[in-house]
Amino acid sequence: MSDSRMQSSAPSIEHQEFQHPVPNPQHPKRVLAALSGGVDSAVAAALLVEAGYEVIAISMLLAGSAEGREGGCCSIDDFQDARRVAEQLSIPYYVLNLKEAFRTRVIDVFTHEYLRGRTPNPCLLCNRDLKFDLLWQRARELDAHFVATGHYARVRYDQPSGSYQLLRGTDQQKDQSYFLFTLSQAQLARTLFPVGHLTKNEVRDKARSLGLKVAEKLESQDICFVPDGNYARFIEQQLTTSRQSEMKAGEIVAQDGQVLGSHDGIHRFTIGQRRGLGIGGLTEPRYVTRIDAHSGQVSVGRKAQLMTRGLVATGVNWVEPLLTSEVSATVKIRYRHPAIPARIIPQDHGRAEVWFQQSYPAVTPGQAAVFYAEEQLLGGGWIEGAL
Amino acid sequence: MQTLYLDHNATTPLQPEVLEAMLPYLRTHFGNPSSVHWAGRRAKQGVEDAREQVATLLHCRSTEILFTSGGTESNNLALYGVLRAMRARGRHVITTAIEHSSILEPLRALANERFSLTVLPVNNEGRVNTDELSAALRADTVLVSIGLANHEIGTIQPITALSRMTRDRGILFHTDAVQAVGKLPVDVNVLGIDLLSLSAHKIYGPKGTGALYIRKGTQLAPLLHGGPQEREKRAGTENVAAVVGFGEAAIRAGQELETNVARSLELTAQLRQGILRQISGTFLNSPVQACLPNTVNIGFAGATGEGLMMGLDLAGVAVSTGSACAAGSLEPSHVLLALGRDREAAKSALRFSVGKDTTAQEIDRVVAILAKVVERVRAAAQL
Repeated sequence: MSDSRMQSSAPSIEHQEFQHPVPNPQHPKRVLAALSGGVDSAVAAALLVEAGYEVIAISMLLAGSAEGREGGCCSIDDFQDARRVAEQLSIPYYVLNLKEAFRTRVIDVFTHEYLRGRTPNPCLLCNRDLKFDLLWQRARELDAHFVATGHYARVRYDQPSGSYQLLRGTDQQKDQSYFLFTLSQAQLARTLFPVGHLTKNEVRDKARSLGLKVAEKLESQDICFVPDGNYARFIEQQLTTSRQSEMKAGEIVAQDGQVLGSHDGIHRFTIGQRRGLGIGGLTEPRYVTRIDAHSGQVSVGRKAQLMTRGLVATGVNWVEPLLTSEVSATVKIRYRHPAIPARIIPQDHGRAEVWFQQSYPAVTPGQAAVFYAEEQLLGGGWIEGAL
Repeated sequence: MQTLYLDHNATTPLQPEVLEAMLPYLRTHFGNPSSVHWAGRRAKQGVEDAREQVATLLHCRSTEILFTSGGTESNNLALYGVLRAMRARGRHVITTAIEHSSILEPLRALANERFSLTVLPVNNEGRVNTDELSAALRADTVLVSIGLANHEIGTIQPITALSRMTRDRGILFHTDAVQAVGKLPVDVNVLGIDLLSLSAHKIYGPKGTGALYIRKGTQLAPLLHGGPQEREKRAGTENVAAVVGFGEAAIRAGQELETNVARSLELTAQLRQGILRQISGTFLNSPVQACLPNTVNIGFAGATGEGLMMGLDLAGVAVSTGSACAAGSLEPSHVLLALGRDREAAKSALRFSVGKDTTAQEIDRVVAILAKVVERVRAAAQL
């Protein structure tokens, strides 16, 4: 924990930390700041106001109808909290209606991916295909030069190379750069992460010192459109009766091919899953090691059989534009996993091979593999399969 | 920043004279109108004077005016009140697809209580066909509710012709006149209706008060039960100061009607022509004939009303688009969809509604600002 916890006064914050050197002649300081109703984005907006930016606050209505929803994100309470923060900061506030785009670009893709036996990350899909694109479109409409969010990540302009670098958030526990690997150089040039250089404690202290009503608000971990966390049931609800056939049932087999049981659909499984396999009476725990979307076969094995030496990634985005040859780096294969040492070999058509220094469990197709050199995010791609 | 308000269908500013009329009832005349002593009598007098003033505006008797908390309550009371009171005679009610949510939502709720609902379509200008109404009438129809003028596009319905079809058959006719009052001559006898809703804050009065006209002899079950206020049809101590303000606003609305209509027509013509001529890819959603004099609804191809509204707001210009959901985000207008516009067109619409303080200079400024905002929003969508 940092020393800031011991300090009674708010931490001093250098605004230079998140100021970009590119001025806009018309509105040099107009920023579109996304407010989620949580403390991070609230403090991000507050810091921008303090630094003299003209801040326009935006919340995005994504999931279904917010009516009557409690908890999770996109609940009416969250919009109310965001609105109150904007009022406290005396900045205009709008709620964008992105429900239709969210349904087609995120929920439908999420459902389709699960039905293919993959384990998609909807927050990544949303960032890549919806949130940032639409924020930048609104920013252009409103003549705002920057878009700002409450992500724990940092952007640095590298003078020698003339390029922007995406860095991990200073708070290692909170670092959210993983979710931002799809950002382009053009996007990074116009993005501000005002809390990226702060720890969560510093953010809360700042919120308290400003009297922001969301200072003590807990964060939500759930996927915003599946508040109860039951993905399988959510996906089944998405399928109208005419599409029930898209559910792929099949056998559960051991490594030696022995049939251990059957299941109702591969969308109920993810690589590394131990619970809910419906196979009992085994002395040692079994994990899902492979999902075959064609046959519907789900393979299970011992923990050792989950281990892989590497992965293939597709749709790779190189944030650091110079990287075309093999590089030693670290890789994160899930948001909450540590970065592990690996060799990354860029290939044609946006593919890359990633060879782990030591074998590692549960490489999950559909999740992202994000590459780092120390604190710098080099790029990332979508996990296609294990090597 | 100089602000500019062209959203008078959402609400209007309180007139200074109306505020003056209200102040004694906030400062001095604090009595409860139900009390029989001097304090109650003084407050009661204010409420009853206001009732006469509102009745004068509608050309009805003061005993036919019931004060409510506003347009939404008036609409709910008319629908629930009539349908519950007439349950033994029939359970069928008719409305149109372009009504305000305070009509459509109560009727949807009632449809779940074993009442039968018919929603009439409208033509591409939002008008109801008398033949369609005639064809929808059934032996068990007890109520027809059709708005006098539409809040989003301004279409005026031929209520006199429509109510003629129900009158002979003993079917009650309600009209939501919240947008019409103060912008059109409203005479309950000319319209031939049995119930009419109106609201104070749309006619430069205070928010939180409205009225329901109920033709003498009409059966109505109360929504709020309790004390004997409002002829036992609406329990609860009256919002005295607001009701007094409503009365003052009603008198002024009647006196200023002709002037306001003439001025509004000039301003909306200027606005309509300015936008349609100076900005390409624009199309009129409002009808040219039989439209509220103060309302212009226009679509902007290649732009969203949401983006345009935000751009205008940041430039100080208040207009409206669609309706806001509980979270505050905008939904495509059900009115424009009912007119047959596709979702893109419906999402591209802005509603401009002028008021009695709007000037020709303001209209010119709005057109100039709008031209820039439209250009920028369209350019942003291209990238």
